Amino acid sequence: MPIELKMPALSPTMEEGTLAKWLVKEGDEVKAGDLIAEIETDKATMEFEAVDEGVVSQILVAEGTDGVKVGTVIAVIAGEGEDASEAKATPAPAAAPAPVEAPSSQSVRAEPVEAPPASSPAEGKKDGPSTSSGQREKDERIKASPLAKRLAAERGIDLKTLTGTGPGGRIVKADLENAPAGAAAPSATAAQVPPAAAPAAAPAPVGPIPDFGIPHEDEKLSGMRKTIARRLTQSMQEAPHIYLTVDIRLDALLKLRGELNASLADRGVKLSVNDMLIKALAVALERVPQCNVSFGGDVMRFYKRADISVAVSIPGGLITPIITDAGAKSLSKISTEMAELAGRAKEGKLKPEEYQGGTASISNMGMMGIKQFTAVINPPQAMIMAIGAGEKRPYVVDDALAIATVMSATGSFDHRAIDGADGALLMKTFKELVESPLGLVA
Amino acid sequence: MADTKYDLIVLGSGPGGYVAAIRAAQLGMKTAIVERENLGGICLNWGCIPTKALLRSAEIYHYMQHAGAYGLKAAEISADIDAVVKRSRGVAKQLNQGVAHLMKKHKISVHMGEGKLTAPGKLEVKGEKGTEALTARNIIVATGARARDLPFAPADGKRIWTYRHALVPPEMPKKLLVIGSGAIGIEFASFYSDMGAEVTVVEMLDRLVPVEDADISAFLEKQLKKQGMTIHTGAGVEELKTTATGITAKIKGKDGKTQSAEFSHAIVAIGIVPNTENIGLEALGVKTTKGHIDTDAMCRTNVPGIWAIGDVTAPPWLAHKAMHESIIAVEAIAGNHPHAMDVRNIPGCTYCRPQIASVGLTEAKAKELGYEVKVGTFPFIGNGKAIALGEAEGFTKTVFDAKTGELLGAHMIGAEVTELIQGYTIGKTAELVEDDFIGTVFPHPTLSETMHEGVLAAFGRPLHI
Repeated sequence: MPIELKMPALSPTMEEGTLAKWLVKEGDEVKAGDLIAEIETDKATMEFEAVDEGVVSQILVAEGTDGVKVGTVIAVIAGEGEDASEAKATPAPAAAPAPVEAPSSQSVRAEPVEAPPASSPAEGKKDGPSTSSGQREKDERIKASPLAKRLAAERGIDLKTLTGTGPGGRIVKADLENAPAGAAAPSATAAQVPPAAAPAAAPAPVGPIPDFGIPHEDEKLSGMRKTIARRLTQSMQEAPHIYLTVDIRLDALLKLRGELNASLADRGVKLSVNDMLIKALAVALERVPQCNVSFGGDVMRFYKRADISVAVSIPGGLITPIITDAGAKSLSKISTEMAELAGRAKEGKLKPEEYQGGTASISNMGMMGIKQFTAVINPPQAMIMAIGAGEKRPYVVDDALAIATVMSATGSFDHRAIDGADGALLMKTFKELVESPLGLVA
Repeated sequence: MADTKYDLIVLGSGPGGYVAAIRAAQLGMKTAIVERENLGGICLNWGCIPTKALLRSAEIYHYMQHAGAYGLKAAEISADIDAVVKRSRGVAKQLNQGVAHLMKKHKISVHMGEGKLTAPGKLEVKGEKGTEALTARNIIVATGARARDLPFAPADGKRIWTYRHALVPPEMPKKLLVIGSGAIGIEFASFYSDMGAEVTVVEMLDRLVPVEDADISAFLEKQLKKQGMTIHTGAGVEELKTTATGITAKIKGKDGKTQSAEFSHAIVAIGIVPNTENIGLEALGVKTTKGHIDTDAMCRTNVPGIWAIGDVTAPPWLAHKAMHESIIAVEAIAGNHPHAMDVRNIPGCTYCRPQIASVGLTEAKAKELGYEVKVGTFPFIGNGKAIALGEAEGFTKTVFDAKTGELLGAHMIGAEVTELIQGYTIGKTAELVEDDFIGTVFPHPTLSETMHEGVLAAFGRPLHI
């Protein structure tokens, strides 16, 4: 029986996508697990995996086609023993889904994606506060049929990310048919944090680049690049940024790090400065909760834990894996988690829930020798910490000029949500935690 | 002149139409219903209900004849077909009046006469009192269907009957030919056989009740033969001639040989024809497929403001499908967002003896669609209640998706299964998986325990077999 491959919905809100690249051609033999195509949306590039064996008998949508509607048959695979030339696309009767449409038969893998979280940070948490009208109750009952629950569990789909179309909003099997494994949370932040933080549906249109006759080559934007452009534009246009910079002495932290690493060596853990700064930022946010917030237009969301999004540069863009509840985690735990997340981030193997969310971000360009910089906030977060290089500087210690290892850290704050004094208090607290780092291991 | 401007007009008052009118009235619409014959339509005047009344008589007659099996003695048993039919008509009449009462209660304006769409939102009713012109923003077409005739031998009501004649027979048939073994054909075959007629069933396809699971068909054929019926499957009636004393039929059998046989009467039950003619559909450009009106999931036709439900639309042609569609259509008209119906969750019931009930995919269809299935069958002989009832013939069969545990289909044959299938239908509609059925407590002793066992059997763990 020929198998129709259909354009998958990579998120519940996805209606169309770009068939970026075919990894097979007609006549190729595929077996389960082989990559068939790359599919790109505004949020992600996904690899389309074969689950059934067979021969690609027909490719129906050409590479590079934009706006391919979800559910469109993009290729046909002839099963074992079938004449590939016979197995062409025929419209399947609506009431009789072919087996390929069965949920388990398509698998998609998230590829490197944008930094900014698309969903409300409270969304994925167990202990999110429930004080605003626009957000889900922390233990709100999810209405889903037993079959939908089972399929979701098998495919790693968070039911909270789906919209139910059954009676009373119940999530039914049909709602999972198009959701990919590990489906992304709904992209419309508006659903959770209305309305000011709602991202514009599309980036402001940018006109064609004037041609001055300079030799050039135009490269089509990747989905990730488009998302970065849209989200950062949105952030700068909607959130009035203020920047607060402090110089922080690192000697004590570096000393502590040396001692800790010596004792952690036999466990194979090696703390980086950044691991410690992640923890410091989380603790500072816990101590200054007025900075651990999201601005929601008519609500302010106060987070009850600090999830730190850590900017990781990857080929073609940037992604922000999250250290959940970093304030409560030991440095060694943060370090192992970070190493693991960063590794998978570079391979493009993060799951959406691992990079969507976070209550504040940290971006470190110290390794590039950048002395000091300002970063753009990831909405709906309200702050990001930009870390410069730690360097030996002339520094006044006990009224005398001395040499100290110093770094500059700059916090960007959404001024709608965070007052200057509160921002300053966060910076001060962060500085103190780094300069007297025993608080980080206490 | 009465105000003839409505929010909704329903054309046809069968189970789809009158329920649509009630729901519309409940939602505050000014509603009219147009009927050319009897309120309640075919279903409760000439279909589902009066046949159930007949079959009940036949069933009791059957029990009386077998009273000895229960330690009882019943002497001088006989059947009075006229009295049986009279009871059936009484039941239909009672329900017909019930619908009239419901229309009145909901202040639905009833217009008796032939309705015809004259323009979008306009409908003309030709009744005894003359012609009325009604208008409404929305019109639901629920005109139903009628029996399909054999092209070479149209029903005459004397020797060759449709279901309609068979409901009010001029006399008790001695030797009856039933052409077609769908629900209607088999129910009449069962009724007249139990009433004492010698019955022959001819089915064109290779098995009886072809929409049901093949195991059901095979079991039914065995049971009906045991009851004394003659069954020809894969056979066709090539000629039907009325003679002075009855009819002569030429039946071409599976083997390709044609044989002649004499019968006193014949019932033609070879399908239905939708009532789409002369109601103005063509002029308005309402699209149809094989005569049946095309609709979307919300029962909209291609012409705005014109909706269609029930037998006049796509299959399955069942009263409860029409009723469910009527709610969908009216809710959609009201601007609500009803849930589309999944045809796989529509149960079907046939009230022959033994009864048949099913929902969802047959085993063969599930396999054809590529499902890897788990199938379980549990016989009534393993059920205490069935044995106590003296009704140990039957079985319950389930078809599960092996990958997901979804109930794909359930098929039952035996006593009272038409009352049982709803258990599976609720479970299937709610998307329960095998664990839910297995974890449900079924009352003992009931026939419903076979439903539990049917699921257990599919997972290799039936208890009483």
